[in-house]
Amino acid sequence: MGIHLYRIDDRLIHGQVVVGWGQPLNIRLLILVDDLVASSDWEKELYRMAVPPDMEVRFADVATAIREHPKFAADPRPGLILTGDIDSMYRLVKGVKAIGNVNLGGIHHRAGRSEKLRYVFLTPDEERQLKELEAAGVEVTAQDVPSARAVPLPEVLEGAAR
Amino acid sequence: MNENAGAGPDTPRAIVVGHGEFAAGLVSAVGQICGMADKLVVLSMMGMTPEDIEGTIRDHLARTGARVIFTDLPAGSATIAARRIVKNEPGLVLVSGVNLATLLDFVFSTDVSPTEAARAAAERGKASLIVVGR
Repeated sequence: MGIHLYRIDDRLIHGQVVVGWGQPLNIRLLILVDDLVASSDWEKELYRMAVPPDMEVRFADVATAIREHPKFAADPRPGLILTGDIDSMYRLVKGVKAIGNVNLGGIHHRAGRSEKLRYVFLTPDEERQLKELEAAGVEVTAQDVPSARAVPLPEVLEGAAR
Repeated sequence: MNENAGAGPDTPRAIVVGHGEFAAGLVSAVGQICGMADKLVVLSMMGMTPEDIEGTIRDHLARTGARVIFTDLPAGSATIAARRIVKNEPGLVLVSGVNLATLLDFVFSTDVSPTEAARAAAERGKASLIVVGR
């Protein structure tokens, strides 16, 4: 079945991911790619308890996820790969070289970020990384839930869809 | 009255937090049914980072003396934040999957501590889910 969604969401595993996307895409394998979470048993247990019993969650740091990506993609279950920040997804996409789409799901306000959409705030460095991915042929769109319109990156960066 | 009761009779005993307007709607229903919405603090987490959600809950716990956090989904970011808080604070209780029956039972249980009331209310809330029809 392969990976159906590559999502960046700073809330990591939460309602929009597990229910909003998980149910319509019938996600059965969720891979949380985060260096900090992957290094902490407590963090892993915290997020493991947040997924329903019919969904398996795996944890990987970015380097491991790059190495294991062929295995994730070959899994017969529909999968979703999730990172909590743009930099992790940027490194993953650069390392795997076979990821065609990235979903901006939730990147909220922090110091240094400016608002692009209600749920997307970016620093100049984050903008640059996303532009670089798109220039390399990766389709980057913002879409918090499946029923919303997928907003293409240029439109996101213009801030016109706010 | 258990000495863990903490908050006085007229102060909030719990925080309710969830997706969208879930918490406001639920607490509004408590107020409409029994007029005891002032026992509950409503928090919305719309547009917040996980750190903001955790910080806001901590702030309201400290400010109100509430010892109970009610959240909607076990997978919700409010629940994740609340679990981080409860981990290091003995005497705090988190109940996820809250419904109206749970909150109504909770606000009426004023003769025990909020944490005891929360445990009992969670059982009442579970029992309130019934399926009728074939």
